[in-house]
Amino acid sequence: MNLKRYGVAVAILATAAISLTACASNEAAPAATATKTASNLTGTLNGIGSSAQGAAETTWIAGFQTGNPNVTVNYDPQGSGAGRTSFIAGSADFAGSDAALKTTELASTFVACAAGSSAIDLPVYISPIAIAYNVAGVTNLKLDAPTIAGIFKGTIKTWNDPAIAGQNAGVTLPSAPITVVHRSDDSGTTQNFTEYLSANAKSVWDAPASQTYPYPVGDAAKGTSGVAAATKAAANSIAYIDESGAAGLSIAQLKVGSSYVKISAAGAAAVVAASPITTGRAANDLAIALNRMDTSKNAWPLVLVSYLITCQTYKDAAKGALVKAYADYVVSPEAQKAAASQAGSAPLSTALASKVSAAIATIK
Amino acid sequence: MSTATIARPMTNSLTAGKLPRGSSWFVLVGSWLIFGGLFAILHASGATKDFNIIGTIFFGTVFFDVVIYVISLLVEGGRRATDRLVTSLVATAFIIALLPLVSLLWTVVANGLGRMIQPSFFQDSMRNVIDAGGGALHAVVGTLEITGMATLISVPIGLLAAIYLAEYGRGHLARGITFFVDVMMGIPSIVAGLFAYALFALIFNDPGVRSGFMGSIALSVLMIPVVVRSCEEILRLVPNELREASFALGVPKWLTVLKVVLPTSLAGITTGIMLSIARVIGETAPLLLVCGFTASMNYNLFSDRMMTLPVFVYTQYANQGANPQPFLDRAWAAALTLIIIVMLLNLAGRIITKVFAPKYGR
Amino acid sequence: MTAGTTGATKAKLRLGDRIFSSSTILAGSIILILLAAVAAFLVVQSIPALVAKPGTLPNNASNFWVYVWPLVFGTIWAALIALVIATPLSIGIALFISHYAPRRLAQTLGYIIDLLAAVPSVVFGLWGIVVLAPFLQPFYTWLVTNMGWFPLFSGPVSGTGRTILTAAIVLAVMCLPIMTAICREVFLQTPRLHEEAALALGATRWEMIKTAVLPFARAGIISAAMLGLGRALGETMAIALVLSPALVVNFFLLTSQNPNTIAANIALQFPEATGVTVNALLASGLVLFVVTLAVNSVARYVVNRRKAFSGAN
Repeated sequence: MNLKRYGVAVAILATAAISLTACASNEAAPAATATKTASNLTGTLNGIGSSAQGAAETTWIAGFQTGNPNVTVNYDPQGSGAGRTSFIAGSADFAGSDAALKTTELASTFVACAAGSSAIDLPVYISPIAIAYNVAGVTNLKLDAPTIAGIFKGTIKTWNDPAIAGQNAGVTLPSAPITVVHRSDDSGTTQNFTEYLSANAKSVWDAPASQTYPYPVGDAAKGTSGVAAATKAAANSIAYIDESGAAGLSIAQLKVGSSYVKISAAGAAAVVAASPITTGRAANDLAIALNRMDTSKNAWPLVLVSYLITCQTYKDAAKGALVKAYADYVVSPEAQKAAASQAGSAPLSTALASKVSAAIATIK
Repeated sequence: MSTATIARPMTNSLTAGKLPRGSSWFVLVGSWLIFGGLFAILHASGATKDFNIIGTIFFGTVFFDVVIYVISLLVEGGRRATDRLVTSLVATAFIIALLPLVSLLWTVVANGLGRMIQPSFFQDSMRNVIDAGGGALHAVVGTLEITGMATLISVPIGLLAAIYLAEYGRGHLARGITFFVDVMMGIPSIVAGLFAYALFALIFNDPGVRSGFMGSIALSVLMIPVVVRSCEEILRLVPNELREASFALGVPKWLTVLKVVLPTSLAGITTGIMLSIARVIGETAPLLLVCGFTASMNYNLFSDRMMTLPVFVYTQYANQGANPQPFLDRAWAAALTLIIIVMLLNLAGRIITKVFAPKYGR
Repeated sequence: MTAGTTGATKAKLRLGDRIFSSSTILAGSIILILLAAVAAFLVVQSIPALVAKPGTLPNNASNFWVYVWPLVFGTIWAALIALVIATPLSIGIALFISHYAPRRLAQTLGYIIDLLAAVPSVVFGLWGIVVLAPFLQPFYTWLVTNMGWFPLFSGPVSGTGRTILTAAIVLAVMCLPIMTAICREVFLQTPRLHEEAALALGATRWEMIKTAVLPFARAGIISAAMLGLGRALGETMAIALVLSPALVVNFFLLTSQNPNTIAANIALQFPEATGVTVNALLASGLVLFVVTLAVNSVARYVVNRRKAFSGAN
């Protein structure tokens, strides 16, 4: 009786499966595209890492697979920490990470890399972080770093606080309490946001930079999309968020130096390009020491840089060639432009892109 | 409740001192209307953004409970009033439970149906799709295969263990199993995923191993305790008289279990199994860990990454592009698909139960 | 009780019996082995966190227990609120289906409630963010303004409605189907004769249920509640999406500073975790094990004391 029952259940599943077995119509082998220089790359690449890069990786993978129809690239947006750990353990061919490898991590043995070879960080994804808010009738808020720190620390509690009103003459601010929305999960966005505040508003923001939100203030929400949803749902709310997730919210202007700056991809890319490479690391390891105090014109120093982490030399040469081709594509202007339109990132500046390309050329 | 506070003179007539038939319905609709009016005024005065239908039903129903109790207390006396109160409370419970269900289904259908009925949703995978378009075929296939395999592993083990506990279990082993099944209920799903990952990484000596089958194992860890607990509970309810009658006819124990106990409890067991499938089919975290993430088709349960619907829903929601609408559409459509799959499974289970279960009393 | 033998005559050991009973024992043993494996895995992974030096643990906790205590509290607190909401509801629904609704309708109604079980937790989470939290927020504001003197409802009110009460409501809705299903099956198994006897004595329907159905079903109801609790304790994604967590221990239902649950905390922190943090998260998973175990043991104890009412006897 039981057997019969399971038999039927299996049969139903089997029928359902068979009815779905028609190959996905968008996966028909694109033989027609052979007119282009046919790529001779084959194989599968698996990456794990940052969810901030998720949308951009999707775009890059699509572009790369279109050019190389026999290659499959998978990217699990599990998180930067998981990405780095998996990469070190050899369970991913490359990692995406919002932070460069730590020195302790660099000292470990990378299973996928050839003996004696270490891993390198390649900055490939730049995203400006927006201070987004949802206050009825207010669309052109201007804030400086100490005010932002005060709001997100909870010392500035209402919208018509003199600290905010003083910078926004002529704007009618409600007397409503401020609902702060921050990330509930550990994230690179929080890391970069707190880094910016502790550099620019040290007297207010006394907590060290961390990927966990340090103060017990306001509402917490999971992920960029969660923060965006919570901010949109709550009146009089404010949040820090990757610019790509801020659609539908107003974005505050940031006081950089002595003037207020509108958020811009170019400004973010310029800050990254002008920042020095961390010293004391391998030659091709392009970990960037972001200059949060950059006050040049239109600079947007509230920025997140995400890395592609690969081996300098792979144990498996074929894998190395694949990763090299993929990384090469990722920093190409067309891929950076595609990511900018699809994922809202800021394209690498030409100078940085050529530096990264040079590093990629050494991957084996 | 004060059952004897109001003593009313007894009359002989059968209908005296009783509320007329249908009065409950009258009061219920009445109190809905009252609160509907109240919320309509709130809406009209601009205090609330739109007409609060859920509030109307919720508060109207609660109001109804109070009113019907008071009326019945005045007309019918304490005992009947209590009876009416309980009846209305029970109905209220049902209505309250329906509210989130309806609201949830409405949200999912309203957001997902439009995308789901586009044929591409079941014809395409997400390979090389960056914005609009694409589909969830790879995720549907993955979910069916992984959950199907998890069911194939869990149900025999779980059901047999439940039979052991209900029919054979004595002493240390039974107590141990009961105890550990209870413990297993508390395994956080992500731990199940990590366990499956560690197990396979150890067996294959390859930290990069990912497959749908690993997902099935992770889901089984979560599913087995639910199957055992619900089946055991149901098996224990089979009246002993049935077993004794069977033994008295000289039927061996194993046949008694197979031919008497199981058919009698078939409806409950099916429900339990369906619920346990529903419990795991929506798991996200462990599958993301062990089955990985892919945008391409994969029919092979035993090698390479596999997509599943919950992971699809989650990643589409969590990694929206600059133009979020196509991503959200796909997420809701996949959620709707998942609900429909479970519904169909449930329906199939019920039909099977109907065909095989013995006909009796209720 | 069910043994087919008497003291005088020893039953013949049939092959079928032997195969069948050993296969059930085998199944039970597989569960034990599986669990032992999971437990061993967890314990091994937890040790580095248990012996970790101060400063290496997340949240700057001085030792693991300081780290895990708010999470344990949050887990139990959220599950408890959920259970307080879900238990009366599920008993009510189960009674409605088994004893009140017209019989022809009953099956369909049961099916409708089972539908809730079909909704994956991610979807519950999305629904919680998009629909439930904004819907509840005005009520919370009202409660804090007017009932703020009551400790549970003290402010400041959450601006988004994503409080522990919202999370508990979502949990309660998620627990409903399995609890209702078990209660319903148990209620339906009440001996017909008991019910008819009560009615024949002039009991109203409620009195019949109070005297015949509920005592019979008590053990089943507790089991159902425990199954629900099991789901509530381990629920991950819905809580992670809906709740606005903070590192606190408090009983306030309506603020935005809510204690987090163990499972949700794992889901939130695991993706970015490295080093000892990973071990600390897994160790908190081990703690969840123990919590579940404690809860279930209490339930078992209660059920066993009431075994006289259980159906099979």
